[in-house]
Amino acid sequence: MLMSYREALNQAMREEMRRDSRIFLIGEEVGYYQGAFKVSKGFVEEFGPQRVVDTPITEAGFTGLAIGAAMAGLHPIVELMTMNFGILALDQIVNNAAKIHYMSGGQLSVPLVIRGPGSAAHQLGAQHSQSLEAWFCHVPGLKVIAPATPHDAKGLLKSAIRDNNPVIFIEAQLLYGTKGDVGDGEYTIPLGVAEVKRAGRDATIVAYSKMLLLALEAADQLSREGIEVEVIDPRTLKPLDIPTIVASVKKTGRLVIVEEGWHFCGLGAQIAESIYAAAFDYLDAPIQRVTGEDVPMPYSRPLENAAIPDKARVIEAVKTLCGTQ
Amino acid sequence: MIMPSMDRVDLLFLYRQMLLIRRFEEKSAEMYALAKIAGFLHLYIGEEAIAVGAIAALRPDDYAISAYRDHGHCLARGSDPGQVMAELFGKATGLCQGKGGSMHLVDAPRRFMGGYAIVGGHIPLATGLAFATKYQTLDLVTVCFFGEGAIPSGQAHEALNLAALWKLPVIFVCENNRYGMGTPAERAIALYADVAGTARSYGIMAERVDGMDVLAVRDLMRKVVEQARGGKGPFFIEAMTYRFMGHSMSDPAHGHYRTKEEVEEHRKRDPLLLLKQTILSNNLGAEADFIQLELEVGEVVTAAVRFADESPFPPLSDLYDDVLAE
Ligand SMILES: Cc1ncc(C[n+]2csc(CCOP(=O)(O)OP(=O)(O)O)c2C)c(N)n1
Ligand SMILES: [Mg+2]
Repeated sequence: MLMSYREALNQAMREEMRRDSRIFLIGEEVGYYQGAFKVSKGFVEEFGPQRVVDTPITEAGFTGLAIGAAMAGLHPIVELMTMNFGILALDQIVNNAAKIHYMSGGQLSVPLVIRGPGSAAHQLGAQHSQSLEAWFCHVPGLKVIAPATPHDAKGLLKSAIRDNNPVIFIEAQLLYGTKGDVGDGEYTIPLGVAEVKRAGRDATIVAYSKMLLLALEAADQLSREGIEVEVIDPRTLKPLDIPTIVASVKKTGRLVIVEEGWHFCGLGAQIAESIYAAAFDYLDAPIQRVTGEDVPMPYSRPLENAAIPDKARVIEAVKTLCGTQ
Repeated sequence: MIMPSMDRVDLLFLYRQMLLIRRFEEKSAEMYALAKIAGFLHLYIGEEAIAVGAIAALRPDDYAISAYRDHGHCLARGSDPGQVMAELFGKATGLCQGKGGSMHLVDAPRRFMGGYAIVGGHIPLATGLAFATKYQTLDLVTVCFFGEGAIPSGQAHEALNLAALWKLPVIFVCENNRYGMGTPAERAIALYADVAGTARSYGIMAERVDGMDVLAVRDLMRKVVEQARGGKGPFFIEAMTYRFMGHSMSDPAHGHYRTKEEVEEHRKRDPLLLLKQTILSNNLGAEADFIQLELEVGEVVTAAVRFADESPFPPLSDLYDDVLAE
């Protein structure tokens, strides 16, 4: 069934909340406002204000509250209006959610989903345009997901909600309106499993979230020029499905990693290291990375465009690897 | 009775400042519709009396700092409307050379220390500015503007406590416009009926003021600025106001979290209208003065748009400039 990314998230949460009364949604404007990006449309009407909880602007407070509630047996879904505001909740996420199971020797667990949009939209300025997934991936005890399509968003969110760990689920403002086919009926997608989104033989591109769409566009264009690119979406960033990428690299011998986040200490650096360790002998050339520029996001349109990866840069990276440039 | 603070020149100046903000904001909305301005745009329409009244009580070397709804504070501080508009357009001639945008205006020479888009995040900065001026034994004050939506945030509480603990010369101006996006204060703040009480609980002197009355705001500010300058520590003002427009350009003018009637009710207490009535009823000005001010301000805003429009975008070579200081 064709639906938007936003509707897919809405369905995933709705189905899970109908199934399990321990699940509740909490965050700013999730109830009466229907969500800042209308993801929870109709929720307060269906589930009532006890399970769809509007909060004051207190990210540390309500995230911590959700962690406490999870410790006592509930399954909270925390909506962060954007991931930028998750920085205010980082103490709760890193010092509490990620460690409580381990510190307690497995006595306590924190089944919790923290979701909201990451990455840039259009000219939202330096404090509202950040891709922070690498920060979360760095922390043992967290799982991190960044789906790109409505189908993946729905299946992965349902799995995240059923997981017994804190899961960071990163959406994107510019993805909410995108449409795609979503599987009919009940389905879940397991965490930690990548998907080959397009098969090819000449080079592999790894890209996730919004950047997957860019990679697929680049692959289309390259195909018209005779270069067949394999595009892999890890979907779950942690735990990362290395074997699927390795299998592709063994076939193509070339790898480009695309991410919107900053270059230095970005996720691509980690993926590259994993591939060098597992498949060095199969690589025909050094791995190429296409990333956001290492600057706070400028507001001005031409500068912002220059700071975010675009199709031309992805194509150039592939051509450099293939020796056609 | 004409109070000593009711001087014709002063009053017409206050009116002009509020009118400048009003017309500037209306023009910004137009420019947003034409896609000359992008991203988030939060208009200050309806709340002009607070920025204008509060800043009128400051010296040019005092500090001011604001949240993301910051055009009004920046203009009231005396920033060049052309440079402000150019910043909204993302142009090289903007206050921040296009790097900041609407939510992050900064005019350091005018001691406007910026607009910040993380709710509550700039309140500790204000205490830091005040800490510095005290440390430097300067007799300066800092005024910090923020919405009532920031009151529940931990950063606000930590900053209030520090300001009280160390008697810092900072004036917190809470612009209570009843809503944080779609959430009314009574669904967000435990002490919603007395937001100033939050500050009192930290031992900070606090008062509520009619934020639609620019003279009331200015007069209260004059009093508390002198206190703070004299070493009496922080003060907290809860200025009751209302935003006439949506939260930002992506939020409809009234939305379903409030009624059209409620908006109309508050528009009757338009701060420009109130001051105009005061001026007219005290015979401190005539209709002709207001016509003249409209013309003047209209020209300023038109020139600002022309300047912004004709200015170049920053060159791509600017991208890595100013990531780190020299
Ligand atoms: C920490 C944080 N959480 C959420 C947001 C999103 N947000 C932007 S403005 C706003 C409402 C703020 O309301 P208020 O402080 O009353 O200011 P007003 O818009 O009324 O001037 C929210 C929730 C944010 N910018 N920062
Ligand atoms: Mg408000």
